[in-house]
Amino acid sequence: MIELQLLLEGVYRRYGFDFREYAPASLKRRVWRRVHQEGLESISGLLERLLHDPACMERLLLDLSINVTAMFRDPTFYVAFREKVVPLLRTYPFTRVWVAGCSTGEEVFSLAILLSEEELLDRTRIYATDINAVVVDRAREGVFPLDKMREYTENYIRAGGKRSFSSYYLAKYEGALFDRTLAENVVWAQHNLVQDRAFQEFNVILCRNVMIYFDRPLQNRVHRLFHDSLERRGILCLGHKESIRFTEFEHSYEELDAQQKLYRRVR
Amino acid sequence: MRTILRALPGDLDAALVVAQHRGSDAHPSAFRTLLGAVTRLKVCDGDDKQAIDRGYVYLAPPDYHLLVEGDHLALSVEEPVAFSRPSIDVLLESAAEAYRERCVGVVLTGANDDGARGLARIRELGGATIVEDPARAERPEMPRAAVAAVPDARVAQLDEIATLLVELCGTTTARESGAAS
Repeated sequence: MIELQLLLEGVYRRYGFDFREYAPASLKRRVWRRVHQEGLESISGLLERLLHDPACMERLLLDLSINVTAMFRDPTFYVAFREKVVPLLRTYPFTRVWVAGCSTGEEVFSLAILLSEEELLDRTRIYATDINAVVVDRAREGVFPLDKMREYTENYIRAGGKRSFSSYYLAKYEGALFDRTLAENVVWAQHNLVQDRAFQEFNVILCRNVMIYFDRPLQNRVHRLFHDSLERRGILCLGHKESIRFTEFEHSYEELDAQQKLYRRVR
Repeated sequence: MRTILRALPGDLDAALVVAQHRGSDAHPSAFRTLLGAVTRLKVCDGDDKQAIDRGYVYLAPPDYHLLVEGDHLALSVEEPVAFSRPSIDVLLESAAEAYRERCVGVVLTGANDDGARGLARIRELGGATIVEDPARAERPEMPRAAVAAVPDARVAQLDEIATLLVELCGTTTARESGAAS
C-alpha cells in the first residue's frame, strides 16, 4: 500500500496525472499488471522506471484509462434512453451531449446511431472526452474490431435499433470503419475529470462505468463538476451499478429511470 | 450454491461475496431470486461502493468484476480475466488483501481454472480455504485446479461446506467469507 501511494505521488509530481483518489483495489491490479509487463518485480521498481522514462508513463496511462467497453453495452439502457430521454431532446432546437470518459469511442458511435435514427443527430453536438489523448485519437478514427460485429449487432437489435447494423460500417481489413457522418457533430477532446473544470453547459451527460474507479470523495467532486455542467433540467446517465444515492448530490436530481440510472437535475 | 445457502444460519457472523460465471445477458434478478428463496441471509446484487455487512450475500453483477475494498465493494469493467467477467480470481485476490486471515475462500464446481490463483492468494495471506470435492462436483475442472494451487485446502462435500463455514465464522465473532462457483 505504501509503495502504491508513493507511485501515485510520484506520477502526480512528475507528470501531473492525479490517480491518488482512484479506488485502490482495481488500481492496484492494473499497476501490478504493468509491473509484470515491464519485466519488473515490484511497484517501487515501476516507480523508478516511470520517473526516468516518459514512454513507460504512456503505457501505464493506457492501462489506467482504457476501460473495456462495447457498442450498445447494456442494450436496455439504450431502450430507456430512446423512450425517456429522446422525447425531452425533441423539445430543444439544439442540444449538447457530453460523453465523459469516452474511452475508445464505442459508446459515442452507439449514441450517434441512436440519435441519427431518431432524426436528432443533426441538431446535437456530442462532446466526447477522455483523460488519455491516445485513446481519444483512436476513438476519432471510428474503427472497431471486425470480430466484435456479431456481438454488437446483437446488442444493437436488443437496444431497439431500427435499421440493419451492417449499414453503418464498411469492413476493411480487420476493422469495421464506421460511417463518417455519424461523427460529423462530435467534438473529440482530452479532458481530465479529476483535475479539469467545467467547459460547457450540457443538456445530457453520459458517464457510465467511469466513476466506479474513483473513491467516494473524488466521486463527489466529479458529481459537482457534472452538476455545474448540466443545465437546470439536464439529464445525467450513469452505469447500471452506479447510483446518485449516497452522494452529496442525491437531492439535486430526480429519477427518470431508476433501473437504468437516468437522472434529471431538479435543483 | 443453493445447498450451502440453505444450510447457513441467518445470524452467520460473516458476509458472503459470490462470483458466478454467467452470460452478460443473464437476467439480472433471476439468480438473486433463485438464491434468495432458499436462505435466511439477505441476498443482493453488489453495487459500486456498497458497504459490506454481516448477514448479507452479495452477488457479482453480470459483466462486471466485483472486488472487495476495505469495508465496501468495488466494481470494474476491465477486460475479462480468463474469459470471465466476473472473474473469481479478481474477487478472491481482492478479498484476500482486504481481510487477510479473516478471509475464507470457497471454490465450487466450474469449467475452467478461474479461482485457483485467488484461492492461493487467500492461503498466502493466512485465510482459510475450502474446495468442493472434485470427484463429486458437477464440473471438476475448477475445484481440481484450486486443489492443485492450494494442496492443503480443505476438500469437502457440498453438504459439509455450510457446517465448515459456521465453524470458521461462528455466529458472533467477526469474519469475512468469500464464496465462488
